[in-house]
Amino acid sequence: MQAESDDALQPVAGGGLLDRRVFLRCGLSFTPVLAAAPVAAGEGLPAWSSRPGLPFADYGQPSPHERRVLRRVGLNFQVSGGNGAAWTPIEDLEGTLTPNGLHFVRSHNGTPEIDPARHRLVVHGRVRRALGFGVDALRRYPMRSCQVFLECGGNSSAGWYEEPVERPVGLVHGLVSCSEWSGVPLGLLLDEAGVEAEASWIVATGADAGGFQMSVPLARAREDGLVALFQNGERLRPENGYPMRLLLPGCKGSVSVKWLRSLQLADQPAMSRNETARYTELLPSGQARQFTMVMDVKSVITTPSHGQSLQGPGVYEVRGLAWSGHGRIAKVEVSADGGASWAEAALQAPALPRCLTRFRIGWRWSGKPAVLQSRAVDETGRVQPTRAALVAERGRLGFYHYHAIVSWDVDAHGYVSHTYG
Amino acid sequence: MARRAVAAWLCAAVLEAGAGPLGPPATPGLGEPVSAAALTAADLGVFPDGRGLPAGRGDVPTGRALFEARCASCHGPAGAGGSGGRLVGREPLAGTPLSFRSVGQFWPYATTLFDYIRRAMPLDRPGTLSVDESYALTAYLLQANGVIGEDAVIDARSLPAVRMPNRDGFIRRDREPAAR
Repeated sequence: MQAESDDALQPVAGGGLLDRRVFLRCGLSFTPVLAAAPVAAGEGLPAWSSRPGLPFADYGQPSPHERRVLRRVGLNFQVSGGNGAAWTPIEDLEGTLTPNGLHFVRSHNGTPEIDPARHRLVVHGRVRRALGFGVDALRRYPMRSCQVFLECGGNSSAGWYEEPVERPVGLVHGLVSCSEWSGVPLGLLLDEAGVEAEASWIVATGADAGGFQMSVPLARAREDGLVALFQNGERLRPENGYPMRLLLPGCKGSVSVKWLRSLQLADQPAMSRNETARYTELLPSGQARQFTMVMDVKSVITTPSHGQSLQGPGVYEVRGLAWSGHGRIAKVEVSADGGASWAEAALQAPALPRCLTRFRIGWRWSGKPAVLQSRAVDETGRVQPTRAALVAERGRLGFYHYHAIVSWDVDAHGYVSHTYG
Repeated sequence: MARRAVAAWLCAAVLEAGAGPLGPPATPGLGEPVSAAALTAADLGVFPDGRGLPAGRGDVPTGRALFEARCASCHGPAGAGGSGGRLVGREPLAGTPLSFRSVGQFWPYATTLFDYIRRAMPLDRPGTLSVDESYALTAYLLQANGVIGEDAVIDARSLPAVRMPNRDGFIRRDREPAAR
């Protein structure tokens, strides 16, 4: 057994990266074996093992010991508490699904307190008959569920900065979350209203203050759009769109309009403020990309990441998340030498299309400085670019759709910080 | 061979319709008719060709006074920027960070300005500006950006005719099939 372990710990890439199957093969242990428990019943047991526990709770909460696992809130302007974002602490989470209370939030003027009995979705514009749907009515329609990520178009925008920003990974890349969403296929409602032949866009509007509005191509919305009512099994959280939201898998989060109140079929986009002045990407040429819908292939290492410390040389598991709005993640490679060599990480099954995908790989840290990176490839063959390549293509003022490789610098003390490599 | 082709075609047609093996999903058909009068301004898009613009009008001096009273506290005097974004300025666009891009530098359509003012401003009381006030503020901001003159009157007819300086500054990615 010892010999097999030693053999398995032969690196497969520079900097000590181990074969992605190493933990599966030898059940490698990170912690010393604990001392045997005392024999006498009750004696020496902790209090929680020797008296009855708490009564039943009608809605469970995380352990009080996990109280520090929270979204981080950042406001855009001091004038309003509702224009800003709450970031998912992705460095504190495992697996791929985001707990509802930690799902990221981006809203433009606060969370409306909607009475579901008085909320209605209207489908109108270029349809044969304009129709309104209450929440109770929609709950009787055939439903569909899908596990997909949502990512704000402005996630990771600090990556465009000239100098690497030193913040926890969740506060740079945490405007992405993943849930199982359930609701009514948009196509069913469109068919009931009868879409006219001239229609090619849907102008979607929310019931929040300011009526957030985005236009989406009809074909894409009809293909897999959902009027979502449920998030990870329970009704939508208020900040994520209660009582109903549009859900367009793979697209930038802003087009999955929350608090959905209106779908106007049209022969052109509305050219609303948030699809012209915002959520467009200014290029060095002075031209701006508009209607970039799909979030591109991307990954980031969450463990270890900024602000964490390795406790001395030894074996660690490098873990992270990968995703692509174009489909499944096909491969994630990890480098421990700043991109000089790469080893393929294990992908947690099932790696679903347009869903967060967990990757993991063993790493024996020698104690010498190292630079950790991850690089994702999706099933369409799209490869996550280096930062230098992305900046060369798009400049640094595009703000949205940053998806370059992220580099973590591990110094000789084991302290992890952000670097551009 | 022909039969297989037909079967494949049928299968593709069924998939395209989003139907399962039992045919299209039966829906309860609970949509209630909505009259045009029941739609609110918030439900309606305002389009670059002027469709969706309401009746009403506004001029530059009225808009200027309104701006100083209702908007300058966040957007700065004459729209120079403050806790809210900068709105006025005509420097070259290339190199300008997101929150400094003015209406005159960046916005491709004047109709967007009216819609966003009426829909979303001011941030602490959205939807409280009248149609005429929204037209007047639109007129002032277009004038301050050097797009229209001091004497211009903005309404449902004149607004879509305004050509914004950055009208051709956008690459429509929805028109690139590969990008989707």
